[in-house]
Amino acid sequence: MRSFFLATYLAIKEVMRNKGRFFLVALVIALITVLVLFIAALGEGLSNANRQYVANLDAQLVVFLEKSDYSINSSRLETNTVKSIRRVEGVEDAGPIHTSNSQIVSLAEPLKVSILGVEAERPGMPPLLEGRYFRGGEARETVMDGSVAERTDLKIGDEIEIRSTQGTKDEFYTLKIVGLVDEQAYSFQPTLFLPAATWELVRPQSESDLNSDTPNPNIIAVKLSDPARVEEVRLRLQNEVANIEVADIETTINNIPGYTAQQGTVQTQGVFTLLIGILVIGGFFQIQILQKVPQIGVLKAIGSSNAVVGLSAVIQIIIVTGIGVGIGSGLNYLFSLVLPAAIPLAFNGAWSLAAILLLLFIGPLGGMVSIIYAVRIEPLKALRLG
Amino acid sequence: MNSVALEVRDLVKTFSLDGATINAVDGVSFQVKSGEFVALVGPSGSGKTTMLSILAALLTPSSGQVLIDGQDLAQMNEKQRVKLRREKIGFTFQSNNLIPYLTARENVEFMLRLNNKRDRAGRVRSDELLARLGLAERLHSLPAQMSGGQQQRVAIARALIHNPAVVLADEPTASLDTERAFQVVETFAHLIHENDRAGIMVTHDLRMCQFVDRVLQMQDGKLVRIYESKQEIMELAQGTLKH
Repeated sequence: MRSFFLATYLAIKEVMRNKGRFFLVALVIALITVLVLFIAALGEGLSNANRQYVANLDAQLVVFLEKSDYSINSSRLETNTVKSIRRVEGVEDAGPIHTSNSQIVSLAEPLKVSILGVEAERPGMPPLLEGRYFRGGEARETVMDGSVAERTDLKIGDEIEIRSTQGTKDEFYTLKIVGLVDEQAYSFQPTLFLPAATWELVRPQSESDLNSDTPNPNIIAVKLSDPARVEEVRLRLQNEVANIEVADIETTINNIPGYTAQQGTVQTQGVFTLLIGILVIGGFFQIQILQKVPQIGVLKAIGSSNAVVGLSAVIQIIIVTGIGVGIGSGLNYLFSLVLPAAIPLAFNGAWSLAAILLLLFIGPLGGMVSIIYAVRIEPLKALRLG
Repeated sequence: MNSVALEVRDLVKTFSLDGATINAVDGVSFQVKSGEFVALVGPSGSGKTTMLSILAALLTPSSGQVLIDGQDLAQMNEKQRVKLRREKIGFTFQSNNLIPYLTARENVEFMLRLNNKRDRAGRVRSDELLARLGLAERLHSLPAQMSGGQQQRVAIARALIHNPAVVLADEPTASLDTERAFQVVETFAHLIHENDRAGIMVTHDLRMCQFVDRVLQMQDGKLVRIYESKQEIMELAQGTLKH
């Protein structure tokens, strides 16, 4: 314990008497922290923008067309499949989901949106934040993603105009906003929820699609009576319903086009930033220890133990890393307050905390070589013999 | 003169260099009593710094015995040697003497901290010692803000503050001008005598020997001559000694 107090005393005195030098290193660590947290937030933000709707589904399984490789875009199911699924034992409810894209053109700047055809109060339709669900049939009503309301002045009761290319023509449709749901981005775009028949009417279509007015769902969200029996019901569905394949939510997310590759890229960037951090901290402390060889020699010669010398180096690294990570986290928090909503950054508390803990860990890790070096310095270095 | 504080018995230290064996210290024996200040002199390569390193428990001898305050260094493990250095030995070095980020007072008190003796009495003694060394105005100065002589005096205070049995000084005047060097060694000698410690100073500057009680002359690792009479020592210091 005495070694710890002595080491703390030496470490704090050295840092306090060399504030400029240590502050500069803390600042470098702060910038690394900003970068790491920024990348973590970007990863989370991009991930949210891509998977948010699927991740928040009130369902445990997702049904795809057989051999569609769990790709939502490639899957196109028969309209009566949903009824067959609802009859399978263990299924509480199932809701068809039709996916497409459009553009709100009635805003000052056109806004690209995902349009999802769903059934109100069925799996696939998120819970309302305010307002009401759309009526069935071909009601020209929509429930809108809350993030659209945040970005624009749109509110419940307003009408929006969307544009879809159908065949070779641009068609315009007016929809009335009747409800809002919490953030439900899908495929990097905010979402408009529509009744299936309306969706079929307003979605972009090729010339051949125009001949049909039957909305084929891309996927079906399946809510189970007992969420613990996922695998059992999944197998039963595949056995009892023809021409389908069934995935859990995680598999569905991982098969969203580009999702895995994108997350891999972001995570690699994060790992490399941490590695750079380790090298920077390691390099600084190694140079510092090399400069202090005679001084450490004197400390040992007059009776300081290896524990005091080693602990002092560790405490110093922890102090500098702590200050750097603290400053970096503060800067990052300020960024999170001022950055526009259009930038896909999500400052997830758990991820940020994990990144901060990791950053605090890389300090001593980076300084490990210098700490070992300091402990191994011979006290003879204090004398001319060294 | 009091009890024997340091005893060296038939000490040998050999090094291997390019296949050849070098006797850096070759069968040296001597004693230093409490309250005695001894100079260890000799030309470069005579083995005096190797000797000092062994006395400081920083280097293990090839054979022979070193006893500090009755404790045999050869019987100690590394942890015990560290404890011995902390409790029984005081050091001043040629350069890089002080911890650069501690003030004069903190440097001296650090020895008390190491020995868990930094109580009120210890702190008062530390300030008194620094004041006696003419550093009352420099208590809060960092080493970089002090002259070489002032730094050496702080080092002397640090070497004595914890009442060690033996005080070792490695060329304490090497980086000082003549006037400062005389002042520092005179003060050092005075404090050694006053505090009844055993002091050993390695020096190549024979003029500094005028302040010591005995001079041990080394050559080629051997103790070749011991000057004990005051007259001989003064003649050696003044360069008038006839061999």
